[in-house]
Amino acid sequence: MTPLLSIQDLTVELSARDRIFDAVSDLSFTVARGEVLALVGESGSGKSMTALAIMRLLPEPVARISKGRILFDELDLAAASEASLRSIRGNRIGLIFQEPMTSLNPSMRVGPQVAEALRLHKGLDAAAARRRVEEIFEQVRIPDPKRRFDDYPHQMSGGMRQRVVIALALACDPDVLIADEPTTALDVTTQAQILETFRDLQAAVGAATILITHDLAVVAETADRVAVMYAGRIVEETTTEKLFAEPQHPYTHGLLGSIPHVAEAGSATERDRLTEIPGTVPALWALPKGCAFAPRCPRARQRCESERPELADMAPKHRAACWYPMGGAG
Amino acid sequence: MHEVTPARPARRRRRGVNVFLWLGASLLALFALLALFGEAVAPHDPNAQDLFSMLEPPSAAHLLGTDNVGRDILSRIIVGTRFTLSIALASVFFAGIGGVALGAIAGYFGGVTDRVVTGIIDLLLTVPNIVLAIAIASVAGSSATGLTIAITASFIPPLARLVRGRVIELAEEDFVAAAITVGMSHTRILLRHILPNAATVIIIELSLNAGQAVLIGSALGFLGLGVQPPAPEWGTMLGASREYLTMAPHLVIAPGIAISLLVLAFNAFGDGLRDVFDPGSSS
Repeated sequence: MTPLLSIQDLTVELSARDRIFDAVSDLSFTVARGEVLALVGESGSGKSMTALAIMRLLPEPVARISKGRILFDELDLAAASEASLRSIRGNRIGLIFQEPMTSLNPSMRVGPQVAEALRLHKGLDAAAARRRVEEIFEQVRIPDPKRRFDDYPHQMSGGMRQRVVIALALACDPDVLIADEPTTALDVTTQAQILETFRDLQAAVGAATILITHDLAVVAETADRVAVMYAGRIVEETTTEKLFAEPQHPYTHGLLGSIPHVAEAGSATERDRLTEIPGTVPALWALPKGCAFAPRCPRARQRCESERPELADMAPKHRAACWYPMGGAG
Repeated sequence: MHEVTPARPARRRRRGVNVFLWLGASLLALFALLALFGEAVAPHDPNAQDLFSMLEPPSAAHLLGTDNVGRDILSRIIVGTRFTLSIALASVFFAGIGGVALGAIAGYFGGVTDRVVTGIIDLLLTVPNIVLAIAIASVAGSSATGLTIAITASFIPPLARLVRGRVIELAEEDFVAAAITVGMSHTRILLRHILPNAATVIIIELSLNAGQAVLIGSALGFLGLGVQPPAPEWGTMLGASREYLTMAPHLVIAPGIAISLLVLAFNAFGDGLRDVFDPGSSS
């Protein structure tokens, strides 16, 4: 698979309250057509900043791309003009927002909101756009799409609104889809349904997809590959199976250990204790000289504090940035 | 024995008909009809002088009495509705266009544009409404047009400031970010996604402004800077009756009540609208 979207050495610089620091540092990854790459990390790890940077929606001048390239179909989005970005956004790159409750215009019916994008990018007339929107609503499993077309957002449940948001992102058959925590705001049963719809549609459209989440359960269900971010850098990147089976970075290992499992025997005594990662994410403007995770890492040694490990191949298709990786099976 | 009932949250508002809104709306409808069909409804010709019945108190022939040259006051008030109402509506209309455009541009684009517009607005806001109106009326001349220009100009700064604030607020909303990610132009985002959501605030402000416009228009008329006699504009009528205040107080009372009623109608309507659309804010 050739990559459709290729991020190279992307660095996002933030300047807030007379501090200047990098929220995302030297990030490199690729996504191929039809593939789902999950960007996983805690809040502040830079995953949402990465999404905004790709769409070139960083709140300038507070945040800006200070280095790197975002290659999309031979065009460098990091250097593209506002006009060409406008023709790409919504048309060739779709973004699904986190908050279905606030990402739709409350004073506009949902159908026309989606149709607007189609009319803008595909030049459809009102009738054709309406037909197309009803089709998409059908695809995202909005029941009774003809009637729902004329609903206002407040007449819909959170799950339904998120389906509209997905429909909006997919309306123009984008080549790249970026989903920023698409199910975080929904309750668990709705999450599962939305994820299923999302996965089916993503496969049908064949879009190269970046799924941003902090939820490893979502990753396990949806992603082909995973990149784990910590303090603005990718610390581990591999296929979903390998990540869950043989995490190499102690941080990934810690993340996996903090997911609750239902004990097989069911009795309280046999339930595994959740392991937690001690300490907190370091402030991005006061990162340690060596590995950013070293202060919290149970395996940290002297070298970790003085020298920052680069991403290196641990196994085929498995990169991690660690001097003393976990090796073996966990 | 006690009955256990779950606590009910106190109701914040009675549901159903909003009295203010309907009171305001019906009064306004009445005034609008008078403005449209004034001559047909008026019992007398508003400009017909009758030197044999000057300064007469209210009677069966002249329900509100006559003025210093014997004109029927009721007829003059009915026909005069047109001046007051059209000045109020026109100034609110033009102030709406100007204020919304300035505020939206300043709020949405920010930066230097915002600083320039905000600076001018802040400067103008330091000048009292009526003083600004007098200054403009003295330049634009004493006529209905001059009056409209003066009132419009005094309404634009506060409205622009209100719209600017609301636009800044709305520009931060997720659905605006979503519109950008869909690839929409600034004009489109402003017109289709931001301003419709600011409409409630704008409409409420404008309806309250209309009441203000009636007051300022009458005040300028009273001072002789508004519509000129013999036109039956209420403020002008008040001004002309000043000299006869002790002899014939009804000359002052009638236009005074008319002005108050119209202002009340606009304010009740505006407050009613606010209660309906924006129940969170206190009136």
